[in-house]
Amino acid sequence: MATDAVTAESAGTGAMDNVVADLAADRQAFAVPWGKLMMWIFLLSDTFIFSCFLIGYMHVRMSTTVPWPNVSEVFSLTVGHTRVPLLLIAIMTMVLITSSGTMAMAVNYGYRRNRAYTAALMLITAGFGATFVGMQAFEWTKLILVEGIRPWANPLGAGQFGASFFMITGFHGLHVSAGVIYLTVVARRVWNGFYDRKGSYETVEIAGLYWHFVDLVWVFIFAFFYLW
Amino acid sequence: MDHGADQKHADDAPHAHAQAHAEGQQHPVAVYLWIWVLLFVVSSFSYMVDYFHLHGALRWTLIILFMLVKAALIVAIFMHMAWERLALKLVILLPPLCLLVLIALMAIEGGYTFLTRLASFVH
Repeated sequence: MATDAVTAESAGTGAMDNVVADLAADRQAFAVPWGKLMMWIFLLSDTFIFSCFLIGYMHVRMSTTVPWPNVSEVFSLTVGHTRVPLLLIAIMTMVLITSSGTMAMAVNYGYRRNRAYTAALMLITAGFGATFVGMQAFEWTKLILVEGIRPWANPLGAGQFGASFFMITGFHGLHVSAGVIYLTVVARRVWNGFYDRKGSYETVEIAGLYWHFVDLVWVFIFAFFYLW
Repeated sequence: MDHGADQKHADDAPHAHAQAHAEGQQHPVAVYLWIWVLLFVVSSFSYMVDYFHLHGALRWTLIILFMLVKAALIVAIFMHMAWERLALKLVILLPPLCLLVLIALMAIEGGYTFLTRLASFVH
């Protein structure tokens, strides 16, 4: 490719040809495997999607004249006879952080070529993810059946509460569910020795990036939706 | 499988760190465990903000502070951004800053819509 550029220049075929030759030159801009770079680019685009949801939520919440429901009470759980505010959400947060920890360990053991530990830690991570989705299903059921909240209506106050809640947590839950499937598939391949034969455990790290991102998004949802 | 056999030695931590650039991102397990503990601690702090019913500017400062600390720990350590080259850091971390403009615009717009609704619909 470099020789092509030189030829184009010496032949005097014009500035545009030089630009094309330069941009098409086979040079690597980022010193990371392409799969990892593509995952980062995808996560960057996903950042914008989640940000648009959260900013849209901020806008409807700021502009509504009907009072917003008391989130702390809506998501409280009754333990014995005391209502603990936001208990379910706190447990969900801890579950997701724990899963992020096990995922980080899985990536670590992957690079040490410890097949059994990597696969086991990834399956544990997927298990925590499934637990998280299960708790979210419980939360949704309670909100829909007991409180009567709908994406278009909310007996507790501002109707926009239902719209933003189901949109934001639904999209996040979808990401967690996709992550559980993704991790299970990769864990199976780890166990089969697929990455030993391929000679690289990059895929585990790439799957890890996705999983940590899901946790990262939850940090923002927790702060803005549940603590505001 | 010769390569695989070599990697077995990576099980002792100091050696593993030396190989960080030899193959992928390899760091001592202790680093991850510490970050994990920190994430737990900071999460319980943000939960406490709600539990003790803090309000106003103090609540907002603490919520956003804890949120940013957690986000930074996850991106820097768990996602290994701290060990990547500057080119990748800039390409991934700078674009989201545009969102600050959108946040500002929507906050202004939200306030305006609220006042318009008060003036037109609420009597």
